[in-house]
Amino acid sequence: MSSNKLKVEDLSAWFYEKQVLNRVSLEFPDKKVIAIIGPSGCGKTTFIRCLNRMHELTPGARVRGRVVLDGKDIYTEMDAMEVRRKIGMVFQKPNPFPNMSIYDNVVAGLKLMGIRDKALLDKVVESKLREVGLWDEVSDDLRRSGAQLSGGQQQRLCIARALATEPEVLLMDEPTSSLDPSSTAKIESLVRVLKNHATVIIITHNVQQAARVSDYTAFLYLGDLIEFGETKKIFESPKNPLTEKYVTGRFG
Amino acid sequence: MKYKSNFFFEKIFKTILKITSLIVIGIFILLFYSLVERSIPSLFQNGLEILFGTSWDPNFEIFGGAPAILGTLFSSAIALIFALPISLCIAIFYTEYGPVRLRPFISGIMDLLAAIPSVIYGIWGLWTLSPILKINFQEPIIASIGFIPIFSGPAYGLSIFLASLILTIMITPIISSISIDIFSKTPMHLREGMFALGATKWEVIKNVVFPFAKRGVFAATILGLGRALGETMAVTMVIGNSYLWPFKSVSLFASASTITSKIASEFPESVVNLIHNSSLISLALILLIISISINFVAEIISKKSVGG
Ligand SMILES: Nc1ncnc2c1ncn2[C@@H]1O[C@H](COP(=O)(O)OP(=O)(O)OP(=O)(O)O)[C@@H](O)[C@H]1O
Ligand SMILES: [Mg+2]
Repeated sequence: MSSNKLKVEDLSAWFYEKQVLNRVSLEFPDKKVIAIIGPSGCGKTTFIRCLNRMHELTPGARVRGRVVLDGKDIYTEMDAMEVRRKIGMVFQKPNPFPNMSIYDNVVAGLKLMGIRDKALLDKVVESKLREVGLWDEVSDDLRRSGAQLSGGQQQRLCIARALATEPEVLLMDEPTSSLDPSSTAKIESLVRVLKNHATVIIITHNVQQAARVSDYTAFLYLGDLIEFGETKKIFESPKNPLTEKYVTGRFG
Repeated sequence: MKYKSNFFFEKIFKTILKITSLIVIGIFILLFYSLVERSIPSLFQNGLEILFGTSWDPNFEIFGGAPAILGTLFSSAIALIFALPISLCIAIFYTEYGPVRLRPFISGIMDLLAAIPSVIYGIWGLWTLSPILKINFQEPIIASIGFIPIFSGPAYGLSIFLASLILTIMITPIISSISIDIFSKTPMHLREGMFALGATKWEVIKNVVFPFAKRGVFAATILGLGRALGETMAVTMVIGNSYLWPFKSVSLFASASTITSKIASEFPESVVNLIHNSSLISLALILLIISISINFVAEIISKKSVGG
């Protein structure tokens, strides 16, 4: 299937002896939004951290299986730095670099790539901050520290930072879990636009959010992939009774 | 009722705190005052000579402090210049690159080095390090590039160079163990934020760990500097206590003096000569003023860099 951006085959993951993902296989179509849902502790974060090789930074972490980006195995045919440049990530807790200005936060990834051209950087800063809807709020003082923004602004800054290097896939780990409804709405509408140029994989605890923003949904339970398919189908006619229980909120 | 008693204890606690800080300030003022008082005879007779004079001869009542003051500043500066990068390397290795099972070993060595009394460093410097360095380091250097004045001979075993080296060894454990502490407190979510942009380990250290640790490492450095400036025993034993450096010879391998070594080696004999004794106390006053100024400037610098 040529339209599949990222392919996961038999992916298992461990923390020391404890297995937290159990032979997960699925294919992420290109330029779509895919929601990952499931109860707390089921392995959602671990799963997406295996997709950009962040998992291996954790002590005791181990992975088996294949993750293939455009036909290339990210574990054997690419180095971790290259993988992470192509597969960006937004974390659950906003984490702008406090020692850097808003401007420098946005261009941090570009600077790592050795891009120093001021005019280009200026352009990227403006376009990415506009894209995340932050430009009008911060353009008067881009030299301010990124840590001085509100939580919702910080998270949008982090999204701009991840987008600046134009990743082909964007991983988002519950990006709105610490935000108020209006910031959440802004980020959700942003996610719907982002799929024009990237595949977006978003974890959410909120099944309504999954229904609102995603084209496909994957349901994880205790490290197993229970069901994966078009969001509409997952919500309207789930095949697995567990999925049905979870999406209708009658779980546990 | 409960609230009231908490309030009562808080009040007592605050009062105790106030009294303690007043006592500390009081002791300091008293100390400063008695140094000034006992310096007066010397300041009266020597004037600025105590700061700028280059020779010292109690028999002729000549008391110039410049070589000792320069010796203190120079040996401490050299120690810092070596100790800071070494400490940073140790801290980076410990927290970022080195295997986890080496950690107890490294921190054990650092704790041990920090706990050794300075007289032991002095003995070791005098009996072990000095002859080794003289034969294997100073003499070959003098033979090859001795025409450069700062490396010129003869190779005194006891020298400003050896004193600086001992100070380096003494302050490295202080700076490195504090640096290790601070480096390992760098928040994981910031490191991961940088890794997720495709950064290498070194780029994470440079862009996240260093900026985060900057202020703490600076404070650790000032602490180390304070220790170096005031270190007495070890320096007195290895510096040679002469006024050769820096005015009669600029060589790093010449013997020299620091303020502390001067005081420690001459204080007992000085009690018979009021001006001699008072001159040594003036030197102590100068050292105190140097230390206070450094701490003061450091405070200003670290306040200025908040958020920067
Ligand atoms: N650093 C770690 N060391 C050891 N075990 C871990 C670590 N991080 C997570 N785990 C375990 O791995 C399992 C999966 O965790 P993960 O964070 O992937 O779950 P999650 O689905 O993201 O949960 P949540 O919805 O609460 O964020 C959990 O049982 C958790 O206890
Ligand atoms: Mg999670």
